[in-house]
Amino acid sequence: MRYVVAKDSRDAVALLNTGENARLLAGGTDVLVQMKLGNKTPSLLIDIKSINGFSDIFAENGGFRIGAAVNGAEMGAHAALKAMWPGVVEAVELIGSTQVQGRATMVGNLCNGSPAADAVPAMLAAGAMARVEGPSGTRDMLVAELLKGPGQTKLGKAELISSIYLPARPEHSGDAYLRFIPRTEMDIAVASAGVNLVLDASGTVADATVALGAVAPTAVVVPDAAAALLGSKLGAQALEACAAACAAACSPIDDRRGTVEFRTKIAGVMATRAANIAYTRAGGQL
Amino acid sequence: MSKIHVTTQVNGDAVEFLCEPDETLLDVLRDRLNLTGAKEGCGTGDCGACSVTLNGRLVASCLVLGAEVAGSAIETVEGVGTADALHPIQQHLLDHAALQCGICTPGIIVAAKALLVQNPDPSEGEVRYWLAGNLCRCTGYDKIIRAVLSAAAEMRGENA
Ligand SMILES: Cc1cc2nc3c(=O)[nH]c(=O)nc-3n(C[C@H](O)[C@H](O)[C@H](O)COP(=O)(O)OP(=O)(O)OC[C@H]3O[C@@H](n4cnc5c(N)ncnc54)[C@H](O)[C@@H]3O)c2cc1C
Ligand code: FES
Ligand code: FES
Repeated sequence: MRYVVAKDSRDAVALLNTGENARLLAGGTDVLVQMKLGNKTPSLLIDIKSINGFSDIFAENGGFRIGAAVNGAEMGAHAALKAMWPGVVEAVELIGSTQVQGRATMVGNLCNGSPAADAVPAMLAAGAMARVEGPSGTRDMLVAELLKGPGQTKLGKAELISSIYLPARPEHSGDAYLRFIPRTEMDIAVASAGVNLVLDASGTVADATVALGAVAPTAVVVPDAAAALLGSKLGAQALEACAAACAAACSPIDDRRGTVEFRTKIAGVMATRAANIAYTRAGGQL
Repeated sequence: MSKIHVTTQVNGDAVEFLCEPDETLLDVLRDRLNLTGAKEGCGTGDCGACSVTLNGRLVASCLVLGAEVAGSAIETVEGVGTADALHPIQQHLLDHAALQCGICTPGIIVAAKALLVQNPDPSEGEVRYWLAGNLCRCTGYDKIIRAVLSAAAEMRGENA
């Protein structure tokens, strides 16, 4: 195996394009584990952490652009980012231990393609955009458009993500992410939910996005669950309808960590609890 | 495989080494630099026995490549205290009998020190969450948590 430090995105794309069995290396918390376990043994590792701008978080058009090599600890320490998108940041901060936080990136979490990846439902709920660089140039696409299936994304072979953009927020908005795990720390979501809400001045939900993790081959946006919240102040009826829509959107696996029945039920519980948190963060009174 | 030449800093000293491209920082520290304080409990990021700081950030050295640390500053347990003057965390771990086999201890010391640098007055909950990635098969954790809290108090100048 060779290890190469990419100088810029173009260099990284060219290296991906060599036809070798190449793999990008960000925090390495998935890549190095998979190499150790012998699951995936690349012949070329392309380290993207030294690329100019990849480790920066900067304000852009009222929102934030987060470089692909920014780790969880750096996102958690960014007060303004956390104030604007607390749900996305709390999702990223749930990834692994303090030690994992010192390395793991949000983009690596997305590109590893786990259906239970914690950052993904929060990014979907936030309407996050990925900046994709490839042999034919640069394009911006919704994170939702990149999801494909377990261990996969829709990125081309020689494409990479250089940054994630979290857009500006209107007044009275808030987001939240919750997951169910059998222990308090260091585990993989059995079911999870990201919710993003915008309220009007009276506290009525004017816009909503609900996304679920770990209950389908990829994280999923559930428009019916969001529609159930619209026009409400999160009364019991709206929350029940939201939970029912979440259950209807689930097609989970059955394993020792959670049965189909349990995951289907818990997805709605996570979504309604996350909705309550997002509502309060948006300034609504429950 | 051709070896990679790396120049970096460990516990304040400039060091250089040759390593394989897929060799972890943990293996470099233990096998090439003779710093055997960091332990391999799992090799997959789960146990924290290999904890070191990299440019001030707590990391699992089994999930970092030697090649990745060129031009960095690494701190290992060997840089914490001396045999004659233990760091307060080390002294309080001893005083609380917070270790048995000791495999987890170097990682706990490095991780706890990193916590107290950024939060000199953590709550019990904050210590427990911070150390959630440092597994201990022997002690049941409680003594470790108490030792870290009392070391923090001493370092703040309280009940010293
Ligand atoms: C102990 C432990 C606990 C964990 N706990 C959790 C958890 O609670 N929740 C969770 O969701 N995950 C968890 N993980 C998994 C992992 O930490 C996360 O998925 C992490 O976000 C991966 O980020 P990374 O930067 O380390 O990715 P890497 O390992 O560097 O890369 C992951 C994948 O993304 C690709 N990639 C990286 N950067 C780019 C890019 N810019 N463009 C395109 N592709 C790219 C890589 O080639 C690779 O395929 C855990 C891992 C460990 C070891
Ligand atoms: S050996 Fe590195 S975390 Fe266990
Ligand atoms: S003292 Fe044995 S693992 Fe902690």
